[in-house]
Amino acid sequence: MTINGWVQILVFCALVAAIVSPLGWYMTRVFAGEKTFLSPLLRPVESGLYKLAGIDEREEQHWLTYALAMLAFNLTGFLVLYGLQRFQAALPYNPMEMANVAPDLSFNTAVSFVTNTNWQNYGGESTMSYLVQMVGLTVQNFLSAATGIALAIALVRGFSRASAKGIGNFWADMTRAVLYVLLPLCIVLAVVYVARGVPQTLGASVDVTTLEGGKQTIAVGPVASQLAIKMLGTNGGGFFNANSAHPFENPDALVNLIQMISIFAIGAGLTNVFGRMVGDQRQGWAILGAMAFLFLAGVSVAYWAEAGGNPLVHALGVEGGNMEGKEVRFGTAMSALFAVVTTAASCGAVNAMLSSFMPLGGMIPLINMELGEIVIGGVGAGLYGMLLFVIVTMFVAGLMVGRTPEYLGKKIEAKEVKMAILAILSLPVVMLGFTAIAVVTPTALSSIGNPGPHGFAEVLYAYVSGAANNGSAFGSLSGNTPWYNLTLGAAMLIGRFFVIIPAMAIAGSMAAKKRLPVSAGTFPTHGGLFIGLLVGVILIVGGLTFFPALALGPIVEHLSVIAGQSFAAGG
Amino acid sequence: MNTAHARDRASLPSLVDPSIIVPALTASVTKLDPRLMIKNPVMFVVEVVAALTTILFVKDVLVGGTSLAFSFQIILWLWFTLLFANFAEAVAEGRGKAQAASLRKTRTETQAKLLDSERARDFTLVPGGQLKVGDVVLVEAGDIIPSDGEVVEGVASVNEAAITGESAPVIRESGGDRSAVTGGTQVLSDWIRVRITAAPGSTFIDRMIALVEGASRQKTPNEIALNILLAGLTIIFVVAVATIPSFTAYAGGTIPIISLVALFVTLIPTTIGALLSAIGIAGMDRLVRFNVLAMSGRAVEAAGDVDTLLLDKTGTITLGNRQATSFRPMRGVSEEDLADAAQLASLADETPEGRSIVVLAKERYGIRARQMGELHATFVPFTAQTRMSGVDIGESIIRKGAVDSILAYLSPKIPVLSAGAAPTVKSLVGADQVREVQAIADDIAKAGGTPLAVAKDGRLLGVVQLKDIVKGGIKERFAELRQMGIRTVMITGDNPMTAAAIAAEAGVDDFLAQATPEDKLALIRSEQAQGKLVAMCGDGTNDAPALAQADVGVAMNTGTVAAREAGNMVDLDSDPTKLIEIVEIGKQLLMTRGSLTTFSISNDVAKYFAIIPAIFAAIYPQLGALNIMHLATPESAILSAIIFNALIIVALIPLALRGVKYRAIGAAPLLRRNLLVYGLGGIIVPFIGIKAIDLLITTIGLA
Repeated sequence: MTINGWVQILVFCALVAAIVSPLGWYMTRVFAGEKTFLSPLLRPVESGLYKLAGIDEREEQHWLTYALAMLAFNLTGFLVLYGLQRFQAALPYNPMEMANVAPDLSFNTAVSFVTNTNWQNYGGESTMSYLVQMVGLTVQNFLSAATGIALAIALVRGFSRASAKGIGNFWADMTRAVLYVLLPLCIVLAVVYVARGVPQTLGASVDVTTLEGGKQTIAVGPVASQLAIKMLGTNGGGFFNANSAHPFENPDALVNLIQMISIFAIGAGLTNVFGRMVGDQRQGWAILGAMAFLFLAGVSVAYWAEAGGNPLVHALGVEGGNMEGKEVRFGTAMSALFAVVTTAASCGAVNAMLSSFMPLGGMIPLINMELGEIVIGGVGAGLYGMLLFVIVTMFVAGLMVGRTPEYLGKKIEAKEVKMAILAILSLPVVMLGFTAIAVVTPTALSSIGNPGPHGFAEVLYAYVSGAANNGSAFGSLSGNTPWYNLTLGAAMLIGRFFVIIPAMAIAGSMAAKKRLPVSAGTFPTHGGLFIGLLVGVILIVGGLTFFPALALGPIVEHLSVIAGQSFAAGG
Repeated sequence: MNTAHARDRASLPSLVDPSIIVPALTASVTKLDPRLMIKNPVMFVVEVVAALTTILFVKDVLVGGTSLAFSFQIILWLWFTLLFANFAEAVAEGRGKAQAASLRKTRTETQAKLLDSERARDFTLVPGGQLKVGDVVLVEAGDIIPSDGEVVEGVASVNEAAITGESAPVIRESGGDRSAVTGGTQVLSDWIRVRITAAPGSTFIDRMIALVEGASRQKTPNEIALNILLAGLTIIFVVAVATIPSFTAYAGGTIPIISLVALFVTLIPTTIGALLSAIGIAGMDRLVRFNVLAMSGRAVEAAGDVDTLLLDKTGTITLGNRQATSFRPMRGVSEEDLADAAQLASLADETPEGRSIVVLAKERYGIRARQMGELHATFVPFTAQTRMSGVDIGESIIRKGAVDSILAYLSPKIPVLSAGAAPTVKSLVGADQVREVQAIADDIAKAGGTPLAVAKDGRLLGVVQLKDIVKGGIKERFAELRQMGIRTVMITGDNPMTAAAIAAEAGVDDFLAQATPEDKLALIRSEQAQGKLVAMCGDGTNDAPALAQADVGVAMNTGTVAAREAGNMVDLDSDPTKLIEIVEIGKQLLMTRGSLTTFSISNDVAKYFAIIPAIFAAIYPQLGALNIMHLATPESAILSAIIFNALIIVALIPLALRGVKYRAIGAAPLLRRNLLVYGLGGIIVPFIGIKAIDLLITTIGLA
């Protein structure tokens, strides 16, 4: 580890911290339907859309109505995206004449983009037409992100309201998320990316003659626009197969930094929205504090592991950090940081090959996702996932101070505990369950790229990434098989909606509750003690479940590496 | 805590008493019945697992499996885990059972003298168990009151030791707030007619028996929520453990089922699961030992959540008796004359106020108390009409009473005189005098006293200052409550000025002066509308609506039937200050559950480090590095973990029954403290415990 590396990491953290409050202020106004500086421009568009769709933006929806609207909307998005892929050959904007996508791959990809996972079992530049990329994938990038934001806002309303029936209007929240938050930011970001050299064209690939005289096809396309939402919406689906390791998708250190900041921007900002909406910004900072603690711990381990390098390589006389699978432009610090950022949030974009990370370096992204991506997390999804853990934490803490547990003046009762534990439970069930089946299924095993514990980690990583809606991959697993397309699709669906529905039920029951006054007997939830307890509960309840799996994967691999063993020869 | 309240009943056995331990040991086995176990999801899962592994073990024995000794020990400890859990519950129930047995004795069949009608003189002897609601019975000296009821005629002294443990007899009389009688208590003198208010089998004693036995115990809301959390954690660990065989199959190895079972049982929250119902029963038991009967566990839990405490001034905050503290004569009257007249007027006044006036006059001016007989004086008692009392000595007439009553008496044309308003009609007292006496009265009221005017022969002499005596130590109790986050409101019939002064002296947060029952009810409703939980105590029939409305309503045992029915707790000692202890017990109950849950979950860290390297060692010897406790062998590691897991239940039984001590230090410091002890302690203790057990069992050669 170098001071330079740490300075870069801390600069990143400082920049993220700096935008939390302004972005939180802006989003709070947007979702309250208040005026912002963009209103003169966007309000007519917004009203026009409501009129067109016949929606009354002021109509309050019951949590079930809200959730059903969200499900219907997502189902429609899925069907459209599936259809676009299946018939892309017959559709316009296909200069490379891509063939129709296979049914299982189309299913996987459609689920993947609707659930904000963006697991890619396809190579973008070699599979999808520009139409699918733009109208299908990029549109879903916006909509799945907006869905996450809307759901988080709805859950926060559950805490900020008292004795209320409704938790907001799904259609209005969606419209505002896209129109006021995602679109303006993406336009600015796309322009910056173009300025730094990211392609934005509808032209076909370019054939060039290389210096050696060989022929090479250089894929281009509408990259900058997709790149902007890919990061901002924590989607992570790259235009190119190499994702943000590709020079066109991540041309320089500045773009790399901007990409990482935009992954965290909205997720971090939403914690502030939470604080503002419940009338005490400190509540939001405390949540962000717990996230920051877990994040910095993760970065420290990953950077330490990567910068320390591989003893097996050192033994060959090659000093230095682990540079296998990394861009020299980014080095160990920025690669480790990017990997932790992308898995802490549910982005899944990568600028280095995670499979080539040191065992412990690769374990951090795995743990980030196993915890349910609550460290900043996916836009919206991170906040509502974290709030589920807060409910469990406050339940135990409340009992320990001798009162019926409460959070922000709302009593936590059997129903909320049931829903929170159901949501928290669904992730390990899917992640471990599918992995357990896959590692004893020959079809699934044939996709594994490396023998031994590393191969186990590849499979585990795939299902963890799918269920957590992350989408990053331990590159060496060949996922485009009917088995993985279908099972990963199922993991993504369960991981998304089995968390969302309970979270919405909690939003509804919380909104309906009375608000209790704060007294000296109330445990304050904005201090270090709360943060510490929350982190403890997350690690013990969310993390210990995976200890056996981690022991058989990265941990045993790590212990072998330091003992000078490798599993390469026959495993 | 006030030792007077902590008075245990002499008959209550201690926890290590054989009369509790022996039946509890038997109950540990009988409670293995799956139909009973299923109420406790965590332990039920353990039982299912233990049964299955036992079957597998029997099969292994028959077909000749390997490492039978190891399997046998694990299975043995699984059953021990279950027995220990049952034992904890049985011990908690034991004390209640002992008490129930003594209560049952009082319920022995009594013959009731059933009257043909309320006014009738003739009665027929019927068994007490046949009495219906509405029947009227005659109870005479020496009779046991056959069932719960209300005195409709007569007055009697009753020995209620059977339910309160207090042997001093109490007076029960028709009308008023002392009309309720309890079946099983005994009339010592005189006779009463009682209208039966309880159906057979649902009398107060029946309910008490059910409560202390835990027969009618239902899970409280927080207990249900906690059970859901524990069940959820159990499912998570089912997944975590059930997926291991396929993970290891991938790695090319197998793990014996018995080891997986051991891992699973140690990971699921068995510690709290085993102790959960014991904690609940012990909470109720603590209340019973305070001579408070909670009608439901829900009420005990609600007590821990109370935000506002409504306390009656008299008897709770102040001593029941006011004391005379000074004489304030009118201009032109000497203090001694006033004292003399006041003493004469009070000679026959047996109220504590009256006696205190006699004493004060003697102390201040050496005026010796005279005998009424020597003076040929006639005592004029206090009546609701005149609202005065006094004495007539020959021609001389002395009266004392509230200032407005005396003024009304002195100037009959002014019925009621409001403060500051000058009299418009000429009277025996001039306007100046009225102003002067009002000024004195206000002065006294502001200081928290009650003014008592004295007049002799139509002349206003002055005012006696009566003062409420705030109970010693009560201010500190209120400060403690404030620390707990509980607001205290004093309820009093006094005027606002007096109330404010006493409130300030006692240190309550707020007061409700000149309170009527309706005011009380309105106050409770408005507090509840703000989302607060309210506790109060009361005894009179007019308290019943407020008792019913309050979240925690403690009825005094001396109170009326209506009050007792309306409240959700009954205080057998009829001591209103007990509300404070009740709140503490409620908090203690929740804290004990929370702390042991934290402890139970924290334990998992050490158990993983004991078992994971042990079960994976055969597949990946490198994982031996995780054996940070350096446990001797994989078998000894697994065995130590499961033994620790079982023994910790026994070790924590005393804590579960005693409860985690509540400290009024504010929520955050309290949580920090409990987290350090039960959270951090929960992580560290099993590392030490498992290592110690490992050393022991390897030394004696068990593994």
